[in-house]
Amino acid sequence: MSTAAGSTNRSQNAAGVQAPPRLDLRAATGGGLFEYAPAPESVRPAIADRYGLFINGRFTDPTSSKRFTTINPATEATLSEVAEANEADVDAAVRAARDALPAWAGLPGKERGKFLYRIARRLQERARELAVLETMDGGKPIKESRDVDIPLAAAHFFHHAGWADKLQYAFPGREPRPVGVCGQIIPWNFPLLMAAWKIAPALACGNTVVLKPAETTPLTALRLAEICDEIGLPPGVVNIVTGAGATGAAIVNHPGIDKIAFTGSTEVGKIIAKAVAPTHKRLTLELGGKSANIIFEDASIDQAVEGIIEGIYFNQGHVCCAGSRLFVQESVLDRVIGKLKDRMSTLRVGDPLDKNTDVGAINSKAQLATIGKYLEIGSKEGAERHDCGTADLPGKGYFCRPCFFTGVQPSHTIAREEIFGPVLAVMSFRTPEEAISRANNTPYGLAAGVWTDKGSKIFDTARRLDAGVVWLNTYNKFDPTSPFGGFKESGFGREGGRHGLLAYLA
Amino acid sequence: MSERLSITKTYKLYIGGKFPRTESGRTTAVTDASNTLIAHVCHASRKDIRDAVEAAQKAQEGWANTTAYLRGQILYRLAEMMEGKRAELASAIVECGEDEVARAIDRVVHFAGWTDKFPMIAGGANPVAGPYHNFTVPFPVGVTGVVCPDEPSLLGLITLVAPVIAMGNACVVLASETNPIPAMVLAEALATSDLPGGVVNILTGFRDELCPHLAEHRGVIAIHAGGLTDAQRTTLRLGSANNMKRVTIREHLDYKNDDACEGPRWLEPFVEFKTIWHPSAV
Repeated sequence: MSTAAGSTNRSQNAAGVQAPPRLDLRAATGGGLFEYAPAPESVRPAIADRYGLFINGRFTDPTSSKRFTTINPATEATLSEVAEANEADVDAAVRAARDALPAWAGLPGKERGKFLYRIARRLQERARELAVLETMDGGKPIKESRDVDIPLAAAHFFHHAGWADKLQYAFPGREPRPVGVCGQIIPWNFPLLMAAWKIAPALACGNTVVLKPAETTPLTALRLAEICDEIGLPPGVVNIVTGAGATGAAIVNHPGIDKIAFTGSTEVGKIIAKAVAPTHKRLTLELGGKSANIIFEDASIDQAVEGIIEGIYFNQGHVCCAGSRLFVQESVLDRVIGKLKDRMSTLRVGDPLDKNTDVGAINSKAQLATIGKYLEIGSKEGAERHDCGTADLPGKGYFCRPCFFTGVQPSHTIAREEIFGPVLAVMSFRTPEEAISRANNTPYGLAAGVWTDKGSKIFDTARRLDAGVVWLNTYNKFDPTSPFGGFKESGFGREGGRHGLLAYLA
Repeated sequence: MSERLSITKTYKLYIGGKFPRTESGRTTAVTDASNTLIAHVCHASRKDIRDAVEAAQKAQEGWANTTAYLRGQILYRLAEMMEGKRAELASAIVECGEDEVARAIDRVVHFAGWTDKFPMIAGGANPVAGPYHNFTVPFPVGVTGVVCPDEPSLLGLITLVAPVIAMGNACVVLASETNPIPAMVLAEALATSDLPGGVVNILTGFRDELCPHLAEHRGVIAIHAGGLTDAQRTTLRLGSANNMKRVTIREHLDYKNDDACEGPRWLEPFVEFKTIWHPSAV
């Protein structure tokens, strides 16, 4: 054995795998070769100065005349003024939904399905406009709204359209009946997609809905209302009321509602669960998470690093199932962190409408402040922060450089609480036992990721993780046929797949 | 010769496969229609609930990892043990005892058969639009609190408990308040069956006192209840919101009706569906 080989051996890590030399991409390419010219999306969807509430098939003014503005978080420019629904408006929406219920539920499944197919088609046809609007209102990169949010929303309607006349086959021995009027409250991270997740199964099963989009991202839901009108959906089947927490509370507390479906924080989920406790309202909740992404030493490390990026920086980390706790086996920790730093140096943060942007704007000023608070706590509690790149962030708008923390203890706040931002807590483990017990040591149980090329190990780990969705050698994949939802305090009920129908059938 | 004085029994609690007295030291007399003392039963406390939850938590993982086939066999064995105690169970129930015991045994057999069939019909492969193997599988939800109706004391308990344990969950059971004796006779059958200690834990006592503690215990993740008043129902649901318990409350149920009390719908609330993705293309 030559001396050179001997010295190489000494640099091997515990797994016996030789660490490749670090490649500094920017240095290697002279710093500028990989710079892209700006590639802004050119379509500008028409946005009205003001929007009303969509009740009983018509846009109506709020009874209080109160409105609030919705802005573009990447520019802080006002996009539109949106109506604030109060109790009287919600009551009108619930009455419209109630009135529409018998005819809608009584419609042959085939006919109901055709309405959903029409919605799916219009979403596809208006995909570009919707993608741009989604990005302008919410701040997510155009490549994500274009390639993920809008196509999946259309797919959700298309998939559920086909269920409408097949419900009797979904659950043998059970006669499918709708639950009734559904109150649905959705978050700001996937505005149109969440509306689709809620409305499509509800309508397929013969229910009518009152849906409230999040106050910072109402525009695509209002576009969906326009589409409902455009395709001739009977008035009252879908009602969309905009507003903030008080509007949501009016929906939750309305006695004319048979079922509440909520996606949002665990904190608000608990308030809703208590509010409906004395009633006979049905409830499904899709709440927060602090999902573990576990990298074993026998994983394909390059793929795993892509998975880490996909897991935590997708949609600025505004993802309930984000892989925000990274557990790396000790023997490959340095390699993974090195590669992660390299990969992060290529992430492009900035104008969400630029087709090359990887990480867009934080959804709101308030959320940016929340993330900032956690960044501060992370450092204060002793973890070390590593930022992605040093390039200037845009001067206006709400931006946060993606980052990860090392030296994180399980007791640290950033390892326990949902941050909902591009912030990753990196921890290491020695044995699979340790990885699983630490991954499960959280009140949440929404999702998890596992990376290894060992088949039996990966399925054993998947079996033992307390999570409703487990991604093996992949992360953050969604499909209308695939049930989504959590264990433990991440909520109950599933959305998507055959199991998602259960929430909308009596 | 004078008439023999009978031995009146004090039924203890059934926790972790053992029969401890309530830590509170409280007991209640149970009398028959003619006001003759039949036995004493324990009047369980919050501490007993905690002990029972702890026992259930210890048993949970092992029971969940028991193969579906073996769980089915163990439940069937329970039916065999109950068959051997038919007379004692029937006399504890007093009215229509024979019929109720027979139904309860048959219901155990029904759910015994579900252990390895429910996952087949409730899970499955999902045809996602991409190169992924994607499947959904039911897993046990975890430690479940069971609140039994007063009547029918045995059949009500069996109907609420059998689906819970069939799916691999351990449970803490509050027995009928008005007639807890059949539950404790059943406990003696459980103790000699092959069901691991701690999978079923049975407490006797007062619903109004115990329900809030059961609902608020963070070690319990699901509730299965029947025969509640509106107030008890609200209490259970309110307490359960603290840790997002999955609450299933049976109302206006005819426990003798097999169609209403059996089938996969009874098992759904006691599983969590886990969906697993793996790339299937290189």
